[in-house]
Amino acid sequence: MNTSDSEEDSYNERSALVQCESPTIPSYNQDHDMSLPQETDTKRRRPVSSGLDEPGPVERERASTPDGEEEELTLKYGAKHVIMLFIPVTLCMVVVVATIKSVSFYTEKTSQRLIYTPFEEDPNSVGQRLLNSLLNTMVMISVIVVMTIILVVLYKYRCYKFIHGWLILSSLMLLFWFSFMYLGEVFKTYNVAMDYPTLVMIIWNFGVVGMICIHWKGPLRLQQAYLIVISALMALIFIKYLPEWSAWVILGAISIYDLIAVLCPKGPLRMLVETAQERNEPIFPALIYSSAMVWMVGMADSSNPDSADERQRNEGGALAQEGVESEDDATQGGRRRYSAEEDLEEDRGVKLGLGDFIFYSVLVGKAATTGGDWNTTLACFVAILIGLCLTLLLLAIFKKALPALPISITFGLVFYFSTDNLVRPFMDSLAAHQYYI
Amino acid sequence: MTVAVFFGCTFIAFGPAVALFVFTIARDPLRVIFLIAGAFFWLVSLLLSSLVWFITVQISNKNSATQQTGLLIFGVVLSVLLQEAFRYGYYRLLKKANEGLLALSQEDTMPISIRQLAYVSGLGFGFMSGAFSVVNILSDSLGPGTVGIHGDPQHYFISSAFMTLAIILLHMFWGVVFFESCERQRWWALGAVVISHLVVSCVTFVNPHYQGSLIPTYIILSIMAAWAYLCAGGSLRNLKLCLTCKDKDFLLANHRPR
Repeated sequence: MNTSDSEEDSYNERSALVQCESPTIPSYNQDHDMSLPQETDTKRRRPVSSGLDEPGPVERERASTPDGEEEELTLKYGAKHVIMLFIPVTLCMVVVVATIKSVSFYTEKTSQRLIYTPFEEDPNSVGQRLLNSLLNTMVMISVIVVMTIILVVLYKYRCYKFIHGWLILSSLMLLFWFSFMYLGEVFKTYNVAMDYPTLVMIIWNFGVVGMICIHWKGPLRLQQAYLIVISALMALIFIKYLPEWSAWVILGAISIYDLIAVLCPKGPLRMLVETAQERNEPIFPALIYSSAMVWMVGMADSSNPDSADERQRNEGGALAQEGVESEDDATQGGRRRYSAEEDLEEDRGVKLGLGDFIFYSVLVGKAATTGGDWNTTLACFVAILIGLCLTLLLLAIFKKALPALPISITFGLVFYFSTDNLVRPFMDSLAAHQYYI
Repeated sequence: MTVAVFFGCTFIAFGPAVALFVFTIARDPLRVIFLIAGAFFWLVSLLLSSLVWFITVQISNKNSATQQTGLLIFGVVLSVLLQEAFRYGYYRLLKKANEGLLALSQEDTMPISIRQLAYVSGLGFGFMSGAFSVVNILSDSLGPGTVGIHGDPQHYFISSAFMTLAIILLHMFWGVVFFESCERQRWWALGAVVISHLVVSCVTFVNPHYQGSLIPTYIILSIMAAWAYLCAGGSLRNLKLCLTCKDKDFLLANHRPR
C-alpha cells in the first residue's frame, strides 16, 4: 500500500521540543525560543527544536526569595519538566513495543513500500542493499525538506486556511483510517469477533472526540492521550513500511537534518520560529504535545474569547507565548476555565513536538522487532530517555531552541547496534550458564 | 502454569525494588532522573565489558568449550570490576554536579543529599542489572516449553528470580556503602564492596547447585543490608523507636500523633 499524499501531509508537522516562554516578558525569560515543530506533513518528520520552559514566571513570582532558593526551585522545576516529558515518551514507547510484540502484523514484511522509499532492498547483495537504503533516505529527506520549505512559505504568506486544512486532513487520516487498521489487526491477533456496526460506532466516536480534542478544546489529559496514540500509530506505520536498513539510515539522517534545520540561521525551522515569534502567534495545536494547562487557552484572552479561539485555530508560530500571555491576562482578569489552583509553575509546562515521539518510538519499536530479545529494547529505551534528559539540560544551559532528536537518536542507535551485537551474545552465554554479573 | 510462573517470578524478582521505587522515588522527579542516569551508567559498563569479551572470543578457539567457559569467567570478573569503576565514576560526576550547583546557588543545602543519591544510584544500577539478567528468562517462561527437558535443573526460573532479587537489593546496598566510604575516604570499605560483589558473582559459577550459590548470596545480602543501614545513619535504637512508633522526628515529619 502506498500511502497517499495527505498521509504524508499529516506527518509533517510533528516534533520539536518547545518551551512555553512568553517573549513579552523578556526580563524574566531567558529562553523564549521555541522551536517550532515541523508543521508540515504528518509523515515528514520534523526536526525538533526543543525548548525547556525555564521557570521565568516562577522567578517572577518569587522575585523576593533569595537567589539560592530560586536556583533550587529552578533545578526542581527543571527536573519536573523532564519528568513531564519522560512519562508521555515512555507511554508512547510502551504502546508501540506492546503492539509490536503481540500483533504480528506490524512485523510482517510486505513487498509494499511507501512511495517515499521507492528503492527495494535486495537481501542478497550487501553493497546493493546499502546503496538502495541510502537512496531511499535521500528521497525521504528531500521530501521532508521540500515539505518544510512549503510550510514555511505558506506560513510566511499567511495561508493559514490551507495549513489548517492540511492538518485536519492528516489528523483525520490518522484518527480514522490508521486506528481502524490497528483495531482490525488487534482483533485478528486475539481472535475477537466483531461486527461492523459496533466497529463503526467505536471508530466514529474515537475519531470525532480525537478531532475535537486535538484541534479545538478538550480536557488536557484526553488531548495528551490522543496525541500519544496518534504518535504511536504513526510510528507503527513507519516500522511496518520502512525497509530494514533504510529505517536506520533515515533515523540517522533525520537527526542530522534536525540539527541543521534548527541551528543554522537559514534553517527552515528556525525561520518558522522567528516568524512565529514576530507575529506572536501560537503554534499549530495538532503538532505539539503540551504538558501544561497553558495549552487550553482559548478562553484566556479576557477581551475577546472568540478571537483567541480563532487565533488558536489558525496555528501559527510561537506556541506558548500566546498561551502564556493569555494565561497571565486571565489570571489578572480572574478568568480561568481549567484552572486547578493555578500554580503559575504548573502552567509552564513543556512542549514536545510529536515528531520526536514518533521517531523515538520508531527506534525502540525497531529494536523490539529483533525478536525475542528484550535487552536491546531496554537499552534503547534508557538511551533515549538519557538523551532527552541531556537535551533538556543543554536547553537549560544555552537557553535557546535546540533540536531534540540528535542526542537521543545517536545514543539510541549506538546502544541498539552495540547491544544487539556485543551485549546479546554475552548475556545469552551468561544466562545459559546462570552466571550473574 | 506458564502464566503463573511468569507472574510469580516477576513479582519475586522485581517486587521489592518496584515497591521501593513507588514509595520513595516516584514522587521526586530529581530522584527519578538520577535513577535513570544510574541505570545508564551500568549499561555503559556492561557495554564495555561485552566489547572486551567479544573481542577475546573472536580471537580465541571457538571449538574448545573449556576455553570458552574460561573466557566467560574472565568476562564476568571484568564486568564486575568495570561496574564498580563506573559506580565510582558516577560518584565523582555527582559530586562535581552537586558542587557546581552549590556554588551557583549560594545556599547551604543541596536539593538532594549525597546519601539519597547513593541510594538512588544503587537502585538504578540494581534495576538495570536485574532487568538485563532476568527479562529474557521471564519472557521465555511464558511461552510453551518444558523446563529441563534435557536433564537441566528444574528450578531454573525460580532460582533466577531469587538471584535477581538478591542482586538488585545488593546493588542498592553496595551503592549506599560505596558512596559513604568514598565520602569518608575509607578505602578498605570500598575494597570490601568490590570484593563482596566479586564473591557474589563468582559464587554463581557453581550453578546449578543452587544451595551453593543462593545461600552465600543471601548471607552477603543480609550483611550488606546491616552495613548499609548503619552507613545511612541507622542504629538499633532508631530501629526500636521506629518499630514501636515512638520516633519523634519521623512522626513530626509525617505529621502524625504519637
